Amino acid sequence: MSDILLEETSEGERLKLVGAGAWVALNARRLESQIDSARLRHRGAGQVDIDMTGVERLDTFGAWLLERLVRSFSAGGATPNVTGLKEDYRLLMDELGAVKGAEKIVPRTGTQSLTYALSSIGENVASVGNSFGSIANMLGAVIVALLRVLTRPRSFRFTSLVHQLDNVAWRAVPIVLLITFLIGCIIAQQGLFHFRRFGADVFVVDMVGILVLRELGVLIVCIMVAGRTGSAYTAELGSMKMREEIDALRTMGFDPTEVLILPRILALIIGVPILTFLGSMSALYGGGLVCWLYGGIDPEIFLSRLKESISLNTFQVGMIKAPFMALVIGIVASVEGMAVKGSAESLGRQTTASVVESIFLVIVMDGIFAIFFASIGK
Amino acid sequence: MADSLPPDTPAKPNGAGGKDVVIAVRDVVVGFGEKIVLDHVDLDVHRGEVLGFVGGSGAGKSVLMRTIIGLVPKREGSIKVLGVDMDEVTDLERQAVERRWGILFQHGALFSSLTVMENLQFPVREYLDLSPRLLDELAIAKLEMVGLDATACHKFPSELSGGMIKRVALARALALDPEIVFLDEPTSGLDPIGAGAFDTLIATLQRTLGLTVFMVTHDLDSLHTVCNRIAVLFEGKVIETGPMKQMLASRHPWLRSYFHGVRSGHRTDADAEAP
Ligand SMILES: Nc1ncnc2c1ncn2[C@@H]1O[C@H](COP(=O)(O)OP(=O)(O)O)[C@@H](O)[C@H]1O
Ligand SMILES: [Mg+2]
Repeated sequence: MSDILLEETSEGERLKLVGAGAWVALNARRLESQIDSARLRHRGAGQVDIDMTGVERLDTFGAWLLERLVRSFSAGGATPNVTGLKEDYRLLMDELGAVKGAEKIVPRTGTQSLTYALSSIGENVASVGNSFGSIANMLGAVIVALLRVLTRPRSFRFTSLVHQLDNVAWRAVPIVLLITFLIGCIIAQQGLFHFRRFGADVFVVDMVGILVLRELGVLIVCIMVAGRTGSAYTAELGSMKMREEIDALRTMGFDPTEVLILPRILALIIGVPILTFLGSMSALYGGGLVCWLYGGIDPEIFLSRLKESISLNTFQVGMIKAPFMALVIGIVASVEGMAVKGSAESLGRQTTASVVESIFLVIVMDGIFAIFFASIGK
Repeated sequence: MADSLPPDTPAKPNGAGGKDVVIAVRDVVVGFGEKIVLDHVDLDVHRGEVLGFVGGSGAGKSVLMRTIIGLVPKREGSIKVLGVDMDEVTDLERQAVERRWGILFQHGALFSSLTVMENLQFPVREYLDLSPRLLDELAIAKLEMVGLDATACHKFPSELSGGMIKRVALARALALDPEIVFLDEPTSGLDPIGAGAFDTLIATLQRTLGLTVFMVTHDLDSLHTVCNRIAVLFEGKVIETGPMKQMLASRHPWLRSYFHGVRSGHRTDADAEAP
């Protein structure tokens, strides 16, 4: 392939440019620089002849560059004249000659870094406020849907609820049992290790019992459910939103909150307490096992000690939190799912937001509950 | 890369009529599980022609297209594209062929997190080293060639109408000036005027860029106006290939109801003769 794609001979006012070689995509970069420099060197040319006889091949890339050359000479007051173009290529040039928007491309609104930083802080703060607003909205919509369903229970989607329960609770049992078991083991082991130094081994049982039943059982389960189920809810609702399935439901006279969201949230409200109960038992079991094998505390001693240290209250405090946290996870997941816009990227962003927000809110709620129970003396 | 891309490979003349065959499908069998969708299919696509590919819904038209481009595995048979057997290529050779075809998927398949402009520039950036200015100008030029306004260039796919998505997807398929374009129902979802403009556009591009077009379509108008040849898929086999005249003259019951049915309305044999 020849290196020179554009040769020039000038006779006074008259400039003659001769094209050669293949004016195609692969040569576009070189051709562009040769064309632009020819244009720069001959600003004042009056009459320009462009001879394309020597151009073997021309594609849109080459043709556009020829068009650009012609346009820039015309804009400079010259009269360019293209000759020697094959008939087929002439058609292509006509197509490109009709292109109007290329000169006035508006770059996407660039942002200055400082204003951008400030405005994004502002937007983030506002979006926190907005998301509380939408959470309250969703809560309201769910309650309305629930009341409506209560007035005509036959319209409730039990199949959907059962299906969701299967996903939320039943399939989550093994992993929840495993993780809470391990957590129970670790707490007991750490407790034994440190308490032993001042001979308080047996208080490990109190610690494991209270910690697991009051706080850890429900927290661990909620964090896992937020990651496992909350994210799935957001992704499901989000992709249904993207493919206009939710609009379709709405136009058929269904309320998406009632059909899609209510069964999911109810499944969480039923499933999370069950998982919390199972998780807590599994953690106690793990703790007991470590106390026995590692700390030499017999199971009978562990059990009788446990009976003394915890009361039904301790257990209730943990269990009562579970449905509320489930509600928060479900609401946040639904809000984020419905906030998905058209792009795959937005689906990813909302799913992340759903998990992060719900874990954050679960922990905040746990704190609020702690304050509440302390103040009523439980 | 330049050496691996002989742009106008003079493919060996094929026995049948001495035409230059750019896609040769031989004895291809494709199935999903128990179900056989394509049952020993043979098909030739010649250089520079627009081939209309018709068949009932669910007949396997998209599946054949996806098999040719290598998205669906086949159980038997061979496929040659631009003289290259797609089963015996190295990754580099495959890439070289992929750069020479463009695909318009049935649902557009635009990248949802990129703007129209970025969608159009995406394949170009990958294969060519161009200045930003040229990239922008070419994206706009292609956009206007497919009949859209430059103002659409910063929109995201979710902000476009169905017809606009089809057009942008066509522009993206054409971004690298391919030799072959595969179009899966390009005019479905377009209004008749838009569909007509689309047909004209494809005819123009075929002449100006020397495109070979493989077009899956249900649009009888497209079949009449732009397709040089038509291939018919019925019960897993290609039962007829030939120009419109041949289709209209065919005795096959399915073809008769397809081309002479209510939807074909006023069409007569005389219409087909004057393209
Ligand atoms: N990935 C897949 N898995 C299973 N079956 C499929 C798959 N893709 C297509 N099919 C089946 O193959 C048949 C042909 O589909 P398709 O080629 O999309 O039809 P059309 O001719 O309308 O484009 C259909 O019956 C469809 O159900
Ligand atoms: Mg299809």
